[in-house]
Amino acid sequence: MSWLEFDCRHRYPGGFELGIAFRADHPVVGLFGGSGSGKTTVLSVVAGALRPDQGCVTLDRRKLLDTRRGIDVAPQSRRVGMVFQDHLLFPHLSVERNLRYGLSRRGTAERDVDFARVVEVLELGDLLARLPRNLSGGERQRVALGRTLLAGPDALLLDEPLTALDQPLKERILVYLERVLAEWRLPTLFVSHVAADVRRLAEWVIVLEAGRLVGSGPPREVLPADAEQPQSCHGNPL
Amino acid sequence: MLTSEEWSALALSFRVGLCAVTASLPAAVAVGYVLARATNSSSWPVRSGRLVLQLAVDLPLVLPPVVTGYLLLICLVPRGPVGRLLDGLFDVQLLFTWWAAAIASAIVGFPLMVRTIRLAFQSIDPRLEFAARGLGAGPLDAFFSVSFPLAAKGIVAGAVLAFARSLGEFGATVMVLGSIEGRRTIPLAIYSLTNRPGGVDRCWRLVLISIVLACVALAASEWFERRQFRRELA
Repeated sequence: MSWLEFDCRHRYPGGFELGIAFRADHPVVGLFGGSGSGKTTVLSVVAGALRPDQGCVTLDRRKLLDTRRGIDVAPQSRRVGMVFQDHLLFPHLSVERNLRYGLSRRGTAERDVDFARVVEVLELGDLLARLPRNLSGGERQRVALGRTLLAGPDALLLDEPLTALDQPLKERILVYLERVLAEWRLPTLFVSHVAADVRRLAEWVIVLEAGRLVGSGPPREVLPADAEQPQSCHGNPL
Repeated sequence: MLTSEEWSALALSFRVGLCAVTASLPAAVAVGYVLARATNSSSWPVRSGRLVLQLAVDLPLVLPPVVTGYLLLICLVPRGPVGRLLDGLFDVQLLFTWWAAAIASAIVGFPLMVRTIRLAFQSIDPRLEFAARGLGAGPLDAFFSVSFPLAAKGIVAGAVLAFARSLGEFGATVMVLGSIEGRRTIPLAIYSLTNRPGGVDRCWRLVLISIVLACVALAASEWFERRQFRRELA
């Protein structure tokens, strides 16, 4: 049973054209591709930040978007939690108020995620009184992840959450991500241009190239063991 | 010490300025926000609409204040479109009352207020609002819980700047308030004094007060504006 069905076409004013259709059946699906391949556009459409020219997005049998039938569910009602590459924490709110932002706005339909458990799993206890500007990159990423979880989403969208981190920090955040995915078992779309990260977290990978889907399958089959940079199915660097 | 005429001018200037800023602030926040968010739009109808709105807002900045006052005058006279409406509906006449001076001040100070507020909103990453919406906030909730508090210092800076502009407003005010004894703002009182024998020597206190108020208001506006942009860089 697919938790996400995506079929969209969109043309940007600059000429870039996206035409991608896929189904996500596995709990953690990786979207792999180089810069300009359309990975972030896919996430933006699912989250409701971008309305494509044509398309249909279904999450857990809920129609989020259907341009033919005029359906376009507002972002606050989609129940998808997006973790951004640059965190986008609210700079005027403490870590605790950032974490509680979605919690206080959660409707009855959203899944119940316990504040104390999130703080414990992501080890945020010592950070609660701080402002985002006083956090390191890794701490910000953990707060962003916790804030998204506490909004009670039906699915997680992770937009290159490890890109801005150095290798030791990335290893530590990967451990937290693995903990979160194991604890809450949320269907997750994980975007990355680093093959090793996708191999480690995703059970299925979809490879994008210039706005088109060029391959999909288990990471060890689709991503060659030595591929650290995105490559097309034909072996060309993207 | 100040004379009763000078106190009266000072009190009226503050009343007019506060009323003008308070009444126009919500509209300035709305227009500043819309202009800021439309700045990077790739849609040509949005870009064209933004240009038209920006021109309409900025017009009083470059028009001679007397022209703005004249246009307001022909609107507010009893046979004018607004004057007739107010007279018919509420039996109220605004012309040559301090309310008319407040409207003139609000119009003349509006572009300065909008410009500062627009820059404050432009300094905030619009994706923060989208992040808020993804966490369950509706558009208004996202605006008031994220963008508005982040732009607050810029909004105060704009309001203070418009207040300072109001204290110095003369051209539009004289058209709709006239220069009637006991109903003169600071600039009108200075002008009136200079037209009396020996008045040039007697208006120095009001001139000094004007300079001090302008300096304090400008310094306060600058302080709030710096705090706004320092926060965004943090």
